[in-house]
Amino acid sequence: MTNKQKKTLLRIIIAFVLFLLCVVLDHVLSFPGKWDALVKGVIFMVPYLMAGYDVVIKSVKNISKGHVFDENFLMTVATIGAYGTGEFSEAVAVMLFYQVGEWFQKYAVNRSRNSITDLMNIMPEYANLLRDGKLVQTDPYEVAVGDVIVVQPGEKIPLDGKVIEGEAFVDTAALTGESVPRKIAAGDEALSGCINQNGVLKIEVTREFDHSTVAKILELVENASTRKAKYEQFITRFAKYYTPVVCFLAVAVAVIPPLLMGAWGMWFHRALIFLVVSCPCALVISIPLSFFSGIGGASKAGILVKGSNFLELLGKAETIAFDKTGTLTKGVFRVVELAPAGITKEELLELAAYGEYYSNHPIAASVRQAYQKDVNAELLHDYKELSGMGISVVFHGRELLIGNQRLFAEKQIAVNSEPSDAGAGTILYIALEGVYQGRITIADEIKDGAVQAIKDIRACGMNQVVMLTGDKKDVAEQVAARLGIDTVMAELMPADKVAKVEELLAQKNPEKTVVFVGDGINDAPVLVRADIGIAMGAMGQDAAIEAADIVLVDDDPEKIATAYAIARKTVAIVKQNIVFALGVKILIMLLGAFGLAGMWAAVFADVGVAFLAILNATRALK
Amino acid sequence: MKKRFQLNDVDCANCAAKMEEGIKKLPGVKDASISFMAQKLTIEAEEDQFDRILKAAQKIVRDIDEEASIQY
Repeated sequence: MTNKQKKTLLRIIIAFVLFLLCVVLDHVLSFPGKWDALVKGVIFMVPYLMAGYDVVIKSVKNISKGHVFDENFLMTVATIGAYGTGEFSEAVAVMLFYQVGEWFQKYAVNRSRNSITDLMNIMPEYANLLRDGKLVQTDPYEVAVGDVIVVQPGEKIPLDGKVIEGEAFVDTAALTGESVPRKIAAGDEALSGCINQNGVLKIEVTREFDHSTVAKILELVENASTRKAKYEQFITRFAKYYTPVVCFLAVAVAVIPPLLMGAWGMWFHRALIFLVVSCPCALVISIPLSFFSGIGGASKAGILVKGSNFLELLGKAETIAFDKTGTLTKGVFRVVELAPAGITKEELLELAAYGEYYSNHPIAASVRQAYQKDVNAELLHDYKELSGMGISVVFHGRELLIGNQRLFAEKQIAVNSEPSDAGAGTILYIALEGVYQGRITIADEIKDGAVQAIKDIRACGMNQVVMLTGDKKDVAEQVAARLGIDTVMAELMPADKVAKVEELLAQKNPEKTVVFVGDGINDAPVLVRADIGIAMGAMGQDAAIEAADIVLVDDDPEKIATAYAIARKTVAIVKQNIVFALGVKILIMLLGAFGLAGMWAAVFADVGVAFLAILNATRALK
Repeated sequence: MKKRFQLNDVDCANCAAKMEEGIKKLPGVKDASISFMAQKLTIEAEEDQFDRILKAAQKIVRDIDEEASIQY
């Protein structure tokens, strides 16, 4: 509670006590004739002004500026109207309830705002900068790229960097929502915002604080709510007309029925009820609050949504297109099969490692990684790259050939062409002195959660799952089959991917949306083109963050179904709030017009609706 | 270009909507948006127009809610 709120609360309580006192006096005292109303009117003035003097003052000021449909003004007219018809206690009660409602709204909004900012409590307060062999506590803003910082156990990593010494488990929950700590050691990347759990880490800073993961996340979440969803725009436009329309209805109720059947006083009183429910605040507040909570809940799970509108659009997703490499697969090539012919697997791998020793190709790197032992380069002579086919080299004085089917067809060496059990991949055939020695299959691994992620996405109701890839068709189809994806578009250049997404956009139901998920490398144009672009594991890649609408802090594809579920829930809450708040207001107006609800009931219902709508909105946070 | 400003003490959602509408209509403003929840005002306009626009925006904000202000 802020100081201002405390003061207002105190004032409301005092006004309430005074009001009760006046009600008692009203029953006990009675004065002769006209005096009764006059004296009591003056007595009730005390709690009335205590409760609502600020409303009255504001209404006078605002009306002088020409703001006719100002809430303060309307409340003042309604209560003074009630006062004028001799309903003193009603007038005071309405003002009191109105103030309680306003107070509560501010309180609730503040609380949920705080609980969301608490979630985002990843801002580091200081960095331990290593300077001339001593540790100096410094503002993270003042640390430069290349500086070395030390993070002690229990501290937040203040800036992004590379670990140069030490190892530790770090808690990434604040960034990714992932509760299992991750081990990092020398050579690994350290992300700001993670909490060092047990070791001492020496980190060389690679990004200034302004560009760090923490700063990016905070910026994204803070700015998200300025990009408004259609529902928000609808409700602000609606609110603009709602108040004047209700006021005209009030005038109509006050004038038309009594012209036909008299009873001016009664109809005037009923008209005041309309003024009480003319404030659209419950509606106006609960919609942005719902989206804000949804965005907050998503960021807690490591899903950064760049605007309320994207949450809304994601809730309508029907088609989802995945990039393959780095998104569904790890993007790391690994030897998955060694099929020797007449020699051992180790010997085959050794031949491959020697053959690929001088190559810069990623495939060569994965072979060397699988071999692990050192290669004695002195054994290698006459290294030749046969463009588009493979490598020929003299190893131990014998000709070693390593390459694809084309190479072996040309050299007329028979190979084992049975399909591999390990699935499709890049196959290297190996021959020594013209004799086939075996083959090695190298493939990209499917990510751990990918199969489950696709299942979850289908279960959520996104029925068209597409995979886009630059890979060869047979490789792509095998991966897709293992993941349970039905549509594969393979052998695409980056520009083709944009064209394919445009095709999907053209085919979709106009009410629905198309999502594209990529890892942010080379697919920024596709991220931009899709209705919703999701970049995963993109922290640190500014272009991807810029292009995407939703950023997954880590690269877990299962987060997509989570994001979708949050989007659906948020939109559902928004709809409930609109229907509920409007429904109750219309109901009160009807009941009021027929004399079935008094002003008390009206203001009570109005405040109650705001209360429930706010509570409902905060559900989106969980 | 776009600039963001912190708002102070805007505590009614409908007022925020009114302020946003008013600021959007100011000459030179290409777009404006208020996030009531984050208490942030974003204005898109030409660089050399910002001084004038901010003064006018401050007046609009004060006009709608006396206690509210733009911090700049």
